[in-house]
Amino acid sequence: MSDLNPVNPVSMSVFIAFFVLVTVIGFFAARWKRGDLTQLHEWGLGGRQFGTIISWFLVGGDFYTAYTVIAVPALVYSVGAYGFFALPYTIIVYPFVFAVMPKLWKVAHDKNHITAADYVHGEYGGKWFPAAVALTGIVATMPYIALQLVGMQVVIKGLGVSGEMPLIVAFVILALYTYASGLRAPAMIAFVKDIMIYIVVIAAVWLIPVKLGGYGHVFAAADAHFQAKGGATGILLKPSQYTAFASLALGSALAAFMYPHTMTAVLSSASAKTVRKNAIFLPAYTLLLGLIALLGYMAIAAGVNVKSASDVVPALFGTLFPAWFIGFAAAAIAISALVPAAIMSIGAANLFTRNLWRPLVAPNLSPQAEAANAKIVSLVVKFGALLFIVFLPTQYAIDLQLLGGVWILQIFPAVVFSLYTRRLNTPGLFIGWLVGIALGTGLAISQGLKPVYGLHVGHEDYPLYIGMIALAANIVVSFAVSALSPRRAAVTTA
Amino acid sequence: MTRGVDKTQETYVETTTSAGRSWRWLILLIPYIALLWLPFYNDAHPSFAGFPFFYWYQFLWVPLTSLLVYIVYRGIK
Repeated sequence: MSDLNPVNPVSMSVFIAFFVLVTVIGFFAARWKRGDLTQLHEWGLGGRQFGTIISWFLVGGDFYTAYTVIAVPALVYSVGAYGFFALPYTIIVYPFVFAVMPKLWKVAHDKNHITAADYVHGEYGGKWFPAAVALTGIVATMPYIALQLVGMQVVIKGLGVSGEMPLIVAFVILALYTYASGLRAPAMIAFVKDIMIYIVVIAAVWLIPVKLGGYGHVFAAADAHFQAKGGATGILLKPSQYTAFASLALGSALAAFMYPHTMTAVLSSASAKTVRKNAIFLPAYTLLLGLIALLGYMAIAAGVNVKSASDVVPALFGTLFPAWFIGFAAAAIAISALVPAAIMSIGAANLFTRNLWRPLVAPNLSPQAEAANAKIVSLVVKFGALLFIVFLPTQYAIDLQLLGGVWILQIFPAVVFSLYTRRLNTPGLFIGWLVGIALGTGLAISQGLKPVYGLHVGHEDYPLYIGMIALAANIVVSFAVSALSPRRAAVTTA
Repeated sequence: MTRGVDKTQETYVETTTSAGRSWRWLILLIPYIALLWLPFYNDAHPSFAGFPFFYWYQFLWVPLTSLLVYIVYRGIK
């Protein structure tokens, strides 16, 4: 490829050194807070013992992914203020986490649930609806893992190395230490990853504006750029974008902790109080995300011109920073891909084993066989994502991840409302879920796989996040059907 | 309120008075109103340290939300 930079030996050495460091940590993690890794709650939830500080690093490392670091500034670089919906999204998610997740943690802890589908099974019994919830989680997570690979690919390309080989090597290493150490590996690596990302971002938002003549100038340059560009862009929103911006922020916030990886991170906390405390302290990462988003404007002000918007962050760093720091930043972003990818594959493996394989295929699975099965599935999930990225266009992963967000939101009534009401039952939730999935998928396809749909109300057109439209239909159907069918009885067996 | 709920929800109620419970939890809704109603902040002015209002307002709501969650946390402890 002609747009590659030459490989800089200093950047490359720094990058490789940090990669080796986290690999060692990943394998060492099996011995940390030692537990019997032949048990699924030990391998897949780290023994449910992570205190406030470990959980803070783990959830932060898990929720703010490499793809975020690449995609949010790319969107801001392309369209401006609209891309900032990520900021309200990652603020309003925490009051929700604070109010809801400790309740879920407590039920999960008392009944040894390790997945959201376990919880649904515990509340409603049966095997098909929990299987549907599990399947939703797995399908929504697969493209998300693939996108972590995309994030890694972008920074490796920024270092001047093309081809899939480095990606394959990185992922094989990741797969092996996840297999060996389970959730302990990403939990330990998250410390390194998060500290590196904080250093990179603080250095960047400190030094880049100095080089570019201050924030006032950065915003002025972005403003001028978008005025010349025209269309639905700008450093402020158009009034016609309000409903899309707000519904994307709200819908993303409600979906965020329905994903298996975030659920896994929350359930691995030592107590409900740990979860609550983290809802107070995790917004520190949101400040970081906001600053990362600003990199999009800094790239405009620095005159960075890239063919693909996702190259904007590596290109910006490549323009303004010394070689060793470029290597350090690239390592930080690549390691940011490893932590969520590991937790996502663990979350998906837990779902597959607990809620699909055991109830539908092998009811008499021993606890040891269950953990062994999950370990193998975590490998399969990661190699599936790898094949996806190597053999299919990246756009497929992006489109599927978007649909995944719409789909995962459809388990919200089953997981969240069940904590507060007994008015819902399996037929209601199942049909509601089906309606939500079908409507959401249909609307997304009708819009050419864009996340918003213009809803007509009177003479006005209100663009809304499709996930929220589908969720609204899902909720209405869930309650209506539940009201027409017998109430759920208390399930006594977990 | 607690009819038919399991033990988890009962412990919640036990630790707080029902009056204190209702208003404290409402605090958690403030960030949603502040950030989802765009006419509040989709403006360039007043700017602060070079940041248009749209941006510094959002950044300000990060520590404010932490603070509000902390207030509720103190209340239910």
